[in-house]
Amino acid sequence: MSGLAPPAVRVRAATGSAGGRSGSLGWMALPALAIFVAFGLVPLVGVLALSFTRWDGIGAIHPAGLDSWRTVLTDPGLPHALWVTFLVMALSWAFQTPMSLLIGVFLAGRQRYREFLAVLYVIPLLLSSAAIAITYKALLDPNFGLGAGLGLPFLVQDWLGRSGLALGVVVFVVSWQFIPFHALIYQGAVRQIPVTLYEAAQIDGAGRIRQFLSITLPQLKYTIITSSTLMVVGSLTFFDLIFVLTEGGPGDATRVLALDMYKRGFQANLMGPASAIAVILVLAGLALALLLQRLGGRDASASQLEGA
Amino acid sequence: MAHGSMSRRNFLNLAAGAGAGVALASCGSSGPSQGGGGAEASYWFLTAAPGEVIRKNAVSRFNKANPDNQIKPTAFENDAYKTKIRTALGAGQAPTIIWGWGGGGLKSWVEAGQVDDLTDWFAQNAAVKDRLFPSSFGAATVNGKIYAMPCETVEPIVLFYDKRAFDKIGAEPPQSWGDIMDLVPKFNAKGIAPFSLAGQSRWTNMMWLEFLFDRIGGPEVFQAVFDGQKDAWSHPAALDALGKVQELVRADGFVKGFSSVVADANADQALLFTGKAAMMVHGTWTYGQMAEEGGNFVSGGNLGYMNFPPVDGGKGDPSNTVGNPAQYLAISTKSSAEQKETAKKFFTTGVLTDEESAEWLDTGGVPIVKGSESKIASSKDPAFLKFVYDTASNAKVFAQSWDQALSPTAAEKLLDNIAKLFQLSITPQQYVDNMNQVIGQ
Repeated sequence: MSGLAPPAVRVRAATGSAGGRSGSLGWMALPALAIFVAFGLVPLVGVLALSFTRWDGIGAIHPAGLDSWRTVLTDPGLPHALWVTFLVMALSWAFQTPMSLLIGVFLAGRQRYREFLAVLYVIPLLLSSAAIAITYKALLDPNFGLGAGLGLPFLVQDWLGRSGLALGVVVFVVSWQFIPFHALIYQGAVRQIPVTLYEAAQIDGAGRIRQFLSITLPQLKYTIITSSTLMVVGSLTFFDLIFVLTEGGPGDATRVLALDMYKRGFQANLMGPASAIAVILVLAGLALALLLQRLGGRDASASQLEGA
Repeated sequence: MAHGSMSRRNFLNLAAGAGAGVALASCGSSGPSQGGGGAEASYWFLTAAPGEVIRKNAVSRFNKANPDNQIKPTAFENDAYKTKIRTALGAGQAPTIIWGWGGGGLKSWVEAGQVDDLTDWFAQNAAVKDRLFPSSFGAATVNGKIYAMPCETVEPIVLFYDKRAFDKIGAEPPQSWGDIMDLVPKFNAKGIAPFSLAGQSRWTNMMWLEFLFDRIGGPEVFQAVFDGQKDAWSHPAALDALGKVQELVRADGFVKGFSSVVADANADQALLFTGKAAMMVHGTWTYGQMAEEGGNFVSGGNLGYMNFPPVDGGKGDPSNTVGNPAQYLAISTKSSAEQKETAKKFFTTGVLTDEESAEWLDTGGVPIVKGSESKIASSKDPAFLKFVYDTASNAKVFAQSWDQALSPTAAEKLLDNIAKLFQLSITPQQYVDNMNQVIGQ
């Protein structure tokens, strides 16, 4: 017992000196810190302050106490917007994860045609959200869109005019845009899995599906968590695409929280309530990111190769 | 053909659709030009043919005639512009000359002290004021003071129809609300949508309510809302009008999927001129576009037009109309003295010159200049222009469009509830309750 103590002390000393070394390099973090303070913290504090005021965006700012918060929290629109935000988040996660996982695993092979396909698959990622939304809007137009043009009656639906359909379209288009990105992450992760694992499995007589379920999937655990975090937290900021595609409509069927904030702030000129919603969005994002980290376990950020 | 140019327009609108992002981007590019406080005045207005071209022509004529007073024009797409201009005003980056619709939007700029009071200037330059329609100054006036220069054209909302469609079912254009309801099943039986409507844009739906409120209860009903009277939306005529709209929706009065149709892409006009829909309630500003893109629809004499018909037993005068009494140019208080001077010089010598008036007439618009009626006879389409002129000038009441008359806060709530009403997701009573809450805001 006592023999083990000295090394432990030595280890502690080592970390101490390591800390000292990084301390001497701490000034290198200053630019990043300055940018974070200027463009992250200051606006955040500003928004928090604005949420306790009454302001129409161009006139004088009047203190209003908890008025905005009361307005927002008692508005039946808030639970609805939260629900829609959650739905878009959950559905697009549920749609994107398996799709990008499969595409990523498929693309991780080394044949040349896959590299060609990989280039094709990544195209949606290169387009701007606004362009995607405009294109889909034109394609889905019930009178002049794809269905009418090709004479396919089942494609002639009131895609963006019926609540359920519009939500489905939003989820689909969002997924269409972001699946390439997540597939790319999975592709990279799959290529990191040591080939020896598969070789061993083959010797044991495991088929492709068995290999996928017993090796690929478990090895991708942390990638799944990373990708899910990006999807879930990212979905809180879905704005441009939905704004152009449906403007939150029909009615408020696709009005997610970020869109609600924009509409209150810049269309109805209610900056106070809009700021309150912005604060809620920040808190929701933080809570979700923390929750996902927890789900991933404490070692989520550890190297994945160590276990191999 | 029509669709080709529609998607091109779509593509142009895309930039504007990005909204905030674009707004920020253009903030950067336009900021420095006036930040220097030079003599060059900036002027922001709307895109879309034919107005954009005419506005640009007016500026370039002025610039050529006044080498020392230059104006730099920038055009924005409709919905994005409303947001953009407020952001710019709030950030102190507004252009010298601000194009707008007057009414509630202008009032909110005035209350924030962002636009100049032009009352004295108009008093000193009586000639500038006296050549314009007196009715155009109503929406430029806040608390008895004039804050904007009326410009461009008078644009009532009218009922357009396709004569070919009426020939197909052997019927006459509707003379009453009852006729409208009778026509609906006849057109549907022939596979023609009775009415085209760009429901996703929301304000398009609003035009129906504006007329039904007026025809059933008279202009007093909305005036009470505008004046901020408590529970003004609870008027029985309001409930009647709201119910009638839902009846029309239930009877398939509007084109299938109307909630997916967008006005900014002009898809609603395309429905009319491609024969997919028989009628359309819309502003006269759509005429130019239909003439340009609709092939021989307008030139072949297939486009019919009339004032919105009366509702049996309704109190409103059937000559009443709604729409835009004019467009408006305000001057930002933040501009330099030289810039303001340039702007006023533009108001005096550059706005609605004979050349500009002629251009508006050519595209089916009636400029708000007195004496326009004499020029109508020699224009491209005298019949339509005379109709617009008569509708505007014979109207007992020419009300301003609701979303422009109300404050932006109330207008947003209004458009939201109108969309839900047309969706049948709220009842007329729920609409009334929701709207009563925001009266006076």
